[in-house]
Amino acid sequence: MLVIKNLRATVGGREILKGISLEVKEGEIHAIMGPNGSGKSTFAAVIAGRNYATVTEGTVKYMGKNLLEMTPEERALEGIFLGFQYPVEIPGVSMTNFLKTAVNEQRKHKGLEPLSASDFLKLMREKKELVGLDSKLDNRSVNEGFSGGEKKKNEIFQMAMLEPRLAILDETDSGLDIDALKVVANGVNKLRRPDNAFIVITHYQRLLDYIIPDVVHVLYDGRIVMTSGRELAIELEKKGYEWIKNEVENSGIK
Amino acid sequence: MKSGNELTEKFYRLFRENLPVIESVSSPLLNTFRGEAMERFLKSGIPVRKNEPYRYTPMEAYFEYDYHNYYVPVSANFERIRNFKCDVEDLDCHTILLHNGYFPESGVKLDSLPDNIWFGSINEAAEKFRPLMESHLGKYCSRVDDGLVHLNTALSPGGIFIHVPEGTMVEKPVQIINLIESDQDVFNQRKNLIVIEPGSVFTIIICDHTLSLNRFLTNTVTEVYVGENAHFNIIRIQNEHNNSFKITSTFIHQENNSSVSSNNITLHGGLVRNNTFLFLSGQDAQCTSYGLYLADKMQHIDNYVNVEHLAPGCTSNQLFKGILDEKSKGVFNGRIYVARGAQDTSAYQKNNSILLTNDARMYTKPHLEIFADEVKCSHGATVGQLDNDAMFYLQSRGINRDEARLMLMTAFADEVIQKISIEPLKHRIRELVIKRLRGEVIRCTFCAVKCN
Repeated sequence: MLVIKNLRATVGGREILKGISLEVKEGEIHAIMGPNGSGKSTFAAVIAGRNYATVTEGTVKYMGKNLLEMTPEERALEGIFLGFQYPVEIPGVSMTNFLKTAVNEQRKHKGLEPLSASDFLKLMREKKELVGLDSKLDNRSVNEGFSGGEKKKNEIFQMAMLEPRLAILDETDSGLDIDALKVVANGVNKLRRPDNAFIVITHYQRLLDYIIPDVVHVLYDGRIVMTSGRELAIELEKKGYEWIKNEVENSGIK
Repeated sequence: MKSGNELTEKFYRLFRENLPVIESVSSPLLNTFRGEAMERFLKSGIPVRKNEPYRYTPMEAYFEYDYHNYYVPVSANFERIRNFKCDVEDLDCHTILLHNGYFPESGVKLDSLPDNIWFGSINEAAEKFRPLMESHLGKYCSRVDDGLVHLNTALSPGGIFIHVPEGTMVEKPVQIINLIESDQDVFNQRKNLIVIEPGSVFTIIICDHTLSLNRFLTNTVTEVYVGENAHFNIIRIQNEHNNSFKITSTFIHQENNSSVSSNNITLHGGLVRNNTFLFLSGQDAQCTSYGLYLADKMQHIDNYVNVEHLAPGCTSNQLFKGILDEKSKGVFNGRIYVARGAQDTSAYQKNNSILLTNDARMYTKPHLEIFADEVKCSHGATVGQLDNDAMFYLQSRGINRDEARLMLMTAFADEVIQKISIEPLKHRIRELVIKRLRGEVIRCTFCAVKCN
């Protein structure tokens, strides 16, 4: 589904991603862990098409297409979803209008008729229930006045509405209490299908108690320095990131 | 370019040559003001860059061109506009159609609406309601030394008069649709007076449309008296072409406990300058002044608001927002004056603009003069671009760039549109704003005139 080869990217002239290679197959959940400043968010930004990072080298193929040539909206229409670390507040744009536009753009892309107002509201109700979102959304602007937890749950809700093929969750768990964390994890587990995939970016192992990853990568200083199964996450939690730093430095990867 | 003196000279000549014609179609009361107004004009002249309130909108360029002046209406054209129909659905109001500021129906120049509201020609009214007119006409606009106002007083052959008697709740708004249409380049100066007696509620909607592509210059002065406990709501919709230059000066005098809401929606126009003067002369009076300006190409939109707190306990609020595209310019001047003794004043002001290109310009200036101690006052101005983070957020959900921009711009403008109290008009303006922001020509769909 997603094949990344030797991806390098700079932000403001500084190299942040220093050659990342990664392959995500349908049905898989990948976790990317790493200390602060290791390039996790830049990685998510590059995949979603945010222009603050400049790709200098490498290829990213998604469903056989060159992802790097696509605009952010084209990527979204092709099934990529980014769950934001800091969801943006957009005063004056109503949640309903925003989601309706997004859902209907997706439908148009698939050659489907736009949803009627009542079908759309029904879909919203279903998906809210599915992810366990109890906040009222009507008459509210996108993320405006939402609490931290509500914002993150709203990301999962949007993911449920848009049913992406590849979802990247950028530290969706940070700053969440255990109940909100469960909502997020629950959303991912319910939306998981044999034909879609998730990349869960997280600083802590905690989320991975609820979302069981198939593969865990450790990102450090712009490189994936370790890839293993779920047990890696547990080991990291025990030994901390210092352990990784020492391992990397001793092995002379730098 | 002509010098300031040459321009003043030109209008003085125009005044001398046409005075007999103007006086012959105007009421004697209007004529009593002309001489003195021309003297004041000769001193102040057409406002240029050195006149602080016109610093970013100097007027010479618009006034040096030789327009055709209509001092008497040309009735042949009335037929063409008779079929004009406002396309705002469900807008239940009394409609008054004007052609270049004149009443199309010859004969009926002063009429009464239900509830004894009088509306019609200011000249007819000056005869019929002489004492009333004498106590209001010229009283509010003469407080300000502005060459354009003096020029209007000296040369205007008249305009509209509206009188709302004491204690009248007028449920239906009055809508004045002024169609500007001529096969000549026209300079038009209207003078209007609205008197709202104590305890009355009145709403007026003023729509300006240009229907032919000639060059137009309009210099309108409107004086409004709002009596004790009265409420007045004025909504202006300006939709004119790029060769149309429009200056409006509105002077609103407020008595005790009165409230006024003013809303200027500028959708399109080559030059638009709106002067809004609010004189809070009675205790505990309130006023709000809102504005939305959308400009592109070389358009220039200037809102000058002057709120004077002259009595204690008054509240004022200004909110102006605009989106400027291409090489357009926007100007906002918000003056708040709090007189000595006007204690317990609350005055707020906010101006936010979005520039869509590097060439668009916005000049914004708060101007506060406070001579009382018990005053709550705040002002804020921002000029910025569309929020990149918000754009990316929308795009990352599959919404294309153009649509995402439109959503953000509409949301930005909506804060002002929300303030329009008449629901059908609010919806229609929202539609027009969206069309405007999409770059579609705003054509009134049911209009029989089919101007282009």
